[in-house]
Amino acid sequence: MSVVKADWQEGFLAGDTRALARAISAAENEPEVVHSFLQEHSGRLGRAHVVGITGPPGAGKSTLTGQLAVTLVARGYSVGLLLVDPSSPFTGGAILGDRLRLPDLAQGSSSQIYVRSLSSRGSMGGLSRATADAIKLLDAFGKDIIIVETVGTGQSETDIISVADSVVVLAVPGLGDDIQAMKAGILEIADLFVVNKADRDGADKTERELLSMLKLQASSSGWTIPVIKTVAIRNEGIADLADQLLAHYEFLQTSGLLLEVRTARVKSELNELLQLRLTQEFQKVVGAARYEEYTQQIVSGNISPYEAVNQLWQEFVSEIKRSASS
Amino acid sequence: MCPDERLQEIRSKREEWEQTTLHRVLNRYPERKAVFTKSSGIETKRVYTPEDVVELDYNRDLGFPGQYPYTRGVQPTMYRGRLWTMRQYAGFATAEESNQRYKYLLEQGQTGLSVAFDLPTQIGYDSDHELAAGEVGKVGVAIDSLADMEILFDGIPLDKVSTSMTINAPASILLAMYLGVAAKQGVPFNKLSGTIQNDILKEYVARGTYIFPPAPSMRLITNIFEFCSQNVPNWNTISISGYHIREAGSTAAQEIAFTLSNGIAYVQAAVGAGLDVDDFAPRLSFFFNSHTDFFEEIAKFRAARRLWAKIMRERFGAKKEKSLMLRFHTQTAGSTLTAQQPDNNVVRVALQALAAVLGGTQSLHTNSRDEALALPTEESVRIALRTQQIIAYESGVADTIDPLAGSYYVESLTNALQQKAEEYIARIDEMGGAVKAVENGYMQREIQDAAYEYQRSVESKERIVVGVNQFQIEEPAPEGLLMVDPAVGELQAKKLAALKERRDNLAVANVLDELEQAARGDANLMPVILRAVQSYATLGEICDRLRNVFGEYVAHDLL
Amino acid sequence: MEKKIRVLIAKPGLDGHDRGAKVIARALRDAGMEVIYTGLRRTPEQIVTAAIQEDVDAVGLSCLSGAHNHLFPRVVELLRERQADDIVVIGGGVIPDADIPGLKEAGVKEIFTPGTSTEDVVAFLKTHVGR
Repeated sequence: MSVVKADWQEGFLAGDTRALARAISAAENEPEVVHSFLQEHSGRLGRAHVVGITGPPGAGKSTLTGQLAVTLVARGYSVGLLLVDPSSPFTGGAILGDRLRLPDLAQGSSSQIYVRSLSSRGSMGGLSRATADAIKLLDAFGKDIIIVETVGTGQSETDIISVADSVVVLAVPGLGDDIQAMKAGILEIADLFVVNKADRDGADKTERELLSMLKLQASSSGWTIPVIKTVAIRNEGIADLADQLLAHYEFLQTSGLLLEVRTARVKSELNELLQLRLTQEFQKVVGAARYEEYTQQIVSGNISPYEAVNQLWQEFVSEIKRSASS
Repeated sequence: MCPDERLQEIRSKREEWEQTTLHRVLNRYPERKAVFTKSSGIETKRVYTPEDVVELDYNRDLGFPGQYPYTRGVQPTMYRGRLWTMRQYAGFATAEESNQRYKYLLEQGQTGLSVAFDLPTQIGYDSDHELAAGEVGKVGVAIDSLADMEILFDGIPLDKVSTSMTINAPASILLAMYLGVAAKQGVPFNKLSGTIQNDILKEYVARGTYIFPPAPSMRLITNIFEFCSQNVPNWNTISISGYHIREAGSTAAQEIAFTLSNGIAYVQAAVGAGLDVDDFAPRLSFFFNSHTDFFEEIAKFRAARRLWAKIMRERFGAKKEKSLMLRFHTQTAGSTLTAQQPDNNVVRVALQALAAVLGGTQSLHTNSRDEALALPTEESVRIALRTQQIIAYESGVADTIDPLAGSYYVESLTNALQQKAEEYIARIDEMGGAVKAVENGYMQREIQDAAYEYQRSVESKERIVVGVNQFQIEEPAPEGLLMVDPAVGELQAKKLAALKERRDNLAVANVLDELEQAARGDANLMPVILRAVQSYATLGEICDRLRNVFGEYVAHDLL
Repeated sequence: MEKKIRVLIAKPGLDGHDRGAKVIARALRDAGMEVIYTGLRRTPEQIVTAAIQEDVDAVGLSCLSGAHNHLFPRVVELLRERQADDIVVIGGGVIPDADIPGLKEAGVKEIFTPGTSTEDVVAFLKTHVGR
């Protein structure tokens, strides 16, 4: 069932695409193996420019992402694409359909583009847990630019910011009533705005609204957030987007912000891992039965959730102490 | 006795029946199912009575044949005057072989031609294109240039037949080639009759042979409307098709609704381009599926006719009678053919064909029994044609018009289907029309849901398909299937190379430049396409120039 | 975490009839698999690249245009060339019985013809896929 270590690690280091693909599967299925591999080769990390692309469904994210990848490859970069799709919460199965919207050239005609569809596997954040590992693997593999396209339901894919150096937010004319309809949270994470399908009526209005909104938001970083108009299906405006993305990365590097961004990212990753570990330990030490009891107690009104947490915590701490002293 | 009293009496009689006769039987012998439903989700009652058609107003809702709202048919005499056109869709391999098949069908008593093109032709690639590998001549005939078209219709006088061509994205080009052949035969354009499918919206939704994005595609369609209204007045410029929508898995109500919504979009586009509705609307035609549920299908045809007349009159203010009439071609449902016990398909096709005739179709294609296995053989095609002839000449159903009118059940079902379809159309209107509903994947999703639902009902045996999930037998592998010679691709490529040797390549290059220039502007493209075709520019060359300007469509469908 | 079966459902060639491909995609999803759908008009080269990049366990090819004898073996051949022939290839569509032995000989593991229940496809993949 499990992928044998030697199965992909050697090939990965030799630059074999199949090995990279298997490594990303390993990140989904046996993350420990990947973590120790990455630790062993930490010198290969931190070299890639990570770009996040998000926006509402129907904004043309996949088409745009694909065109952008093709453009960047033409400029000599090697590119990795991660397409994150929601999975069915009932069966755990998923149909990953973003790939079909990529333009032909990104469908496998170029060896410089690697595309991988990931299911979010029930994670609430819009990005799957394995996405962060997949990004690191692409980085270690030597991809210059890694583009992560996320499910744009607006819920909480703000965690794109915890993995990406540059965040591109897509808007389309006529999708919602106006920009106000976009989730405030998404707007605030943007480093670049794209008005896609700019050949439609209302594109200028959408652009104006974005610009006037940006004026209200004072930028403390010194980066002026651009609004770029594109028609992804005709490859219009994509070169401009590529220019601006690369400019943003250069800005991050020269201003020292990249270090800041990446420090913040390490922090959030640490937090996430810690939370995961704590929950696991908690389950182990206190036991699932106690959870259930407390849940019932709360439901029947005998105890408040706050009291329940207090008591669970007490139990946890004393259990840890007891096992430490014995 | 006044009508109300009579209805009252029927109601009380029915209630009495339910409580006595029916009740006794139901207690001892429960019915086969708790609920009986149609594909459209309409529940079928045990029995229909005058209570179910209380709202029906004869003059308003049915009227007389050839009169608004055309529920009973578009012609005043229907099949008493002239039988429907028996039109078998055919075409395979090379133009030479298809030409032979057409001559055979005409000899057998077929009254119209229906040309099937291979996929490279339908998607605007020449036979030597990389993507054409393995596809040349497979599902239809390969046409690369006017030279192939001349062979296809060799010995068939174009003023004597009506020709239907299943061509969509490059319809303008194939129509131009047909005109090119007519010119060579010395037949004036106003003597030509036939149909091009030319329905791009359903290609995005269900059939998949699109090339360009919606906006330039709609422009090409409008160009054809305009050109033909002036030059080829008896040509049906579009066949707005529900057939493929149904084949992709839609319900009967969705078939009506999505087809008519697409129709509305075409009319709007043409009106928006400045055409007078009564100039082009008489040449709009439709193409429906005839599926397995006999009465639902009959009701579907009647409902579609009534609804379209209402839309054309009320929404578009059309005045000419011909603008209001929904004339349609029907094909029996390919997706209902089974690979198991293929001879059973003859019976399925007969029932579906009968439904189409009782629904008042203008022309009919009956599928051949072996189509779930391969392209039909000559023998299978003949049986399919004979099926139509038996209905026409022996059954007697063609002797009176709309014989099921007034059936409590059929009228109630007609009303119910119309209502369901109107609800869908209203939803699509809210989205901003059919083009939007295609772009945002609404129609595709609705169809996929219905298709998946159907498959599950077959697998759970809620729905029985004879020979597939019940009444199966062990059977030997079928024999005598038609195989297309894989060498057709090479043959076409050779013909293409020879053509490029002998034509005037400078003239070709010039007219193609001119075409590309025109495409960037907003002139009608038909005249320059006709000249390009007549210079023997190939289909692929013409489409590539248009691709340069228009771009290509990228599918948006979500699963 | 449990290893999920990943399947690429692909439409090689120019055939636009994707009802079957989409129904299968949904059925596999409902059986707990991860399905990557390629969309229409893919070349064998694109399909094989996608299969490798996506690290799928199986590729399901659907073709109703009669081009299967050209397209299916080409996919198997390319997988073999790229040392990825452990990926199981299955096919479906309007495929005459007479063509099936040839396709299997070329390396297509199974052919599912019209009327096949989606449960059979699910069961086949569950027994024949695994590393």
